[in-house]
Amino acid sequence: MKKLLSKLSDLYMILLILFLYIPVIYIIVFAFNDGNSMSQWEGFSLRWFEMVFDNRDMVNSIYTTFFVAIIATLISSILGTIAAIGLSKSRRVLRSAVEQVNNLPVMNPDIVTAMGLLLFFTSLGITKGYGTILLAHIMFCTPYVMLSVTPKLKALDPNLMDAALDLGATPLYALCKVMIPQIKSGIMSGAMIAFAMSFDDFVITDFVKGAGINNISTMVYTMKRKNPSIYALTTVVMLCITVALLIINAAPIIKEKMKKKGENQ
Amino acid sequence: MKNYKGLIYPYIVWIAIMIVVPMLMIFAFAFIQDDGSSVSFTFDNFKRFFSDETFPNVLKRSLGIALSTTLVCILFGYPAAYIMSKAEGKKKSLLVLLMTMPMWINMLVRTYALMGILADNGLLNSILSFLGIPMVQIMYTDSAVMLGMVYDFLPFMVLQIHGSLEKMDKSLLEAAADLGAGKGKTFLKVVLPLSIPGVLSGITLVFLPAVSSYFIPNILGGGGYTLVGNLIQQYSLTTERDFASAISLIMAVIIMLSMALTKKLEKFSGTEGSED
Repeated sequence: MKKLLSKLSDLYMILLILFLYIPVIYIIVFAFNDGNSMSQWEGFSLRWFEMVFDNRDMVNSIYTTFFVAIIATLISSILGTIAAIGLSKSRRVLRSAVEQVNNLPVMNPDIVTAMGLLLFFTSLGITKGYGTILLAHIMFCTPYVMLSVTPKLKALDPNLMDAALDLGATPLYALCKVMIPQIKSGIMSGAMIAFAMSFDDFVITDFVKGAGINNISTMVYTMKRKNPSIYALTTVVMLCITVALLIINAAPIIKEKMKKKGENQ
Repeated sequence: MKNYKGLIYPYIVWIAIMIVVPMLMIFAFAFIQDDGSSVSFTFDNFKRFFSDETFPNVLKRSLGIALSTTLVCILFGYPAAYIMSKAEGKKKSLLVLLMTMPMWINMLVRTYALMGILADNGLLNSILSFLGIPMVQIMYTDSAVMLGMVYDFLPFMVLQIHGSLEKMDKSLLEAAADLGAGKGKTFLKVVLPLSIPGVLSGITLVFLPAVSSYFIPNILGGGGYTLVGNLIQQYSLTTERDFASAISLIMAVIIMLSMALTKKLEKFSGTEGSED
C-alpha cells in the first residue's frame, strides 16, 4: 500500500513535470525547424538562429532586456536597502504608511500599475523611451527588495550597531562594516527577485516603452509575422541563463576546491 | 540609532511621485471631465461601462476564467507541493529546481509554443490521429485560454504552497501521531490549516495575473477574444484613456473586494479549526 502510494505520487510528479516541460522542449526543437510554420516540422535547419543574429531588432531587444534588468536591479537594490534600513528605525505610523503604498504595485494587477504610469508619463509630457522603462522597472522592483531585506533587519541584534557607534565608528562606517554584511543575504535574494521581475516583465514595459524600443517580450508580441525565430531567440536566451546560473552555482564550489588545494600543499 | 531614520525620506519622495501620483491620475482620468473650457466631476465613464451588457459580460467572463484557473491550480498544485515537501534530499531540490526553471523562460514564447502544440495541425492532433483518436479543435476557445493560464501560472501556486509546508514545524506531526491521530486526520486537522497562508498567497499570484492578462487571451483566444485586460489595453492606445482608467478602477475594486473576502475566509477557517 505504501509502495503503491509512493509510486503513484512519483507518477503524478512525472506527468506534471512533462506538462510543464513539453512546451519548453517544443521551443528548443522547433527553433531548428526549416519551415516557416510554428506547428509543422519541415526538417532541420539553423536558418532561424542566423535570422536572430542578423535581425537588428531582435539583437537590440536582447540588449535592452539585459540592460534594463541589470540597471533596474542595481538601483532598486541600493534604493530598497537604504529605504528598508530607514524604515526599520522609523515611527510605526510612517512604517505602515510606506508599507501600504509599497503594497499597491505588489497587490494591484500589472495592468493597473501600467495604466497609472502611462497616464503619468504622458500627462507630464515625458517622452517614452529607455528612461520611462527604467523608472517603471525601478518602481516595481524596489518593494520586492524591501520585502526581503526587512526580515533580516528585524532579526538583527540592535546592540551591535550601538556597540560599533560607542566604539567610535562613524554612522556610515558602522553601516557598511556592521549592518550591511549581516543583511547581505537578504539584499542578494531581493536583487535576484528584482532581476527576474524586470527580465520577465511584459505588461508594464508594453505600456511605457517608446516606439521602436522593445524588450524581448514586447518584441515577440509586436512582431508582425510570427515564425520560429522567436523560438530560436528564446533558445539562445535560455542557453545564456543556464550558463550564468551554472557559473554562479559553480563559483563557490571551485573556490572551495582551490582553497583546499592550497591547504594541502 | 536615530542616525538612520533620515534614510527613508528619499524613498518617501520617490513613492509619492512614482506610485501615489500615478494611482491618483487613474482616479482623475476616470472621474474628471475636461471639455476644454470647464472641469467637472462625472460618472459618465462608469455609466458607459454598465450601459449595456457587452462590457459587464466581458468582466464576468474574465472573472469566471480567472476563478476556474485558480481552482485548477490549487487542485493540481496542492498534491504536487505536498509530494515535494515529503521528498528527501537531492530529490527535493531537483523537484524545486524543475518547478522554478520554467519561470526563467519567457512567458510569451511559452504561450506561443502552446499555440503551436494546440493548433489544428499541431503536435497534439498529430499524436491523437496517430493513436486513431479523433482530432480536437481547442485553439480559440475558453479551454485554450484557461489551459494557457494554468500552464503559465501553476508553478507560482506550487512553490507558494510548498514554501508554507516547508515552514511547518515537523514536531507538530509527531505530536499529532503520538496523540493518536491517523494520517488522514493529521492532514486535515494539522497540515491543511497550516498551509492555508501558502494557498492564499498562491491565489494572489495566480488570480491577479489571470484576471488581467491580455496576451494569453490574445494568443490562445484569437484576435476577437476579449477579456477585461484586452479592453484596458485597447482603450489605453486610443484617446479614450478616461474610459480605460475607469475600467482599471472597476477591476481594481473587484480584486480588492475578493482579496478581502479570501482573508475573511482564512480567519473563518482558522477559528473553525480551533473550535474542536
